[in-house]
Amino acid sequence: MTTHSDTRTQAPYWSFAGLAQGARMCGAMVPGTVVFAAAYGTLAAQKGLTLAETVLMSALVYGGASQLVGLEVWTNPLTLATVVSLGIVTAIVNARFILMGATLRPWFAPLPQWQAYAALNGTVDATWLVAVRYRGEGGSDCSVFVGAGLTLWAVWVACAVPGYLLGAFIADPKRFGFDLMLPIFFAAMFVPLWRGTRRAIGWAIAGVVALVVSYLVPGWWFIVIGAVTGSVAGAFIDE
Amino acid sequence: MNEPLADGPLIAILVMAVATLVTRVSGYWLMGHIPLTNRVRRTLEVLPGAIMAATIVPIVAKVGPAALVAVVVALASMIVKRNEFIAVGLALVAVTLARAYGF
Repeated sequence: MTTHSDTRTQAPYWSFAGLAQGARMCGAMVPGTVVFAAAYGTLAAQKGLTLAETVLMSALVYGGASQLVGLEVWTNPLTLATVVSLGIVTAIVNARFILMGATLRPWFAPLPQWQAYAALNGTVDATWLVAVRYRGEGGSDCSVFVGAGLTLWAVWVACAVPGYLLGAFIADPKRFGFDLMLPIFFAAMFVPLWRGTRRAIGWAIAGVVALVVSYLVPGWWFIVIGAVTGSVAGAFIDE
Repeated sequence: MNEPLADGPLIAILVMAVATLVTRVSGYWLMGHIPLTNRVRRTLEVLPGAIMAATIVPIVAKVGPAALVAVVVALASMIVKRNEFIAVGLALVAVTLARAYGF
């Protein structure tokens, strides 16, 4: 199936010590997650979600960027068309999890299937990075991945609440720029994603195509059409 | 398709949760069946940033100078010091100032 070159690593296993190690390893990502969660809560309040709905979405979806983009698509009241759109947008924004999951296969494959698929629910950018680093150092304890996932999940769900309350009680959120949390966050996230010009050209194409599409096609399609066009184009550009 | 939906928010959240679940498990499942080609891998590498650009650019065009200020300040702050707290804080201050001066 894959080049299973890691003969020096043990079979995957579980331990309580691993849970703690995973929690420690994602510590550096906690401050960013706090701010991101609060930004999401603020936007959710502006979009008219109840506090319970706001928390439920964080608990069940656990995907920061997809939740922020989802709120951009969100309407009040919701129609069937919007709900279908939300499903598609969410899947596309989270499409990177497909690749991340693929990279975890060599590590998790010997596990019982239900354990592997349950563990995959902890996949977010930060926990995946922890997994890559830990596995790169020769580790096999799956609890590290799950420990990181549970830690960031708890932070992500809990910190939506103060963000929501802030958003609900600020009379004019536009005055302080809270309506621009999504572009601010995405702009900031470009820097850690930077890997040279090939990707950046793809991103630029995505932005230009999205801009043109946003004038031609109503609704949110510009995100999907722009992102897919830009990343396919980026894949065909040589290093 | 366009009538308001009873229990809309709950249904929407469940749909988003299922959509996310599918992305989390499908790549892992697929690797047991079909290997990812190099081209697909490269496409998925570019995708996260492409999603961000495709979201930001039309918003900046729609909102105007205040949004441009926010994006540029956040980006510049991250380049100088890679700290999300500082980047978001500075961007919000910059937008507040820009809007106070009528942009």
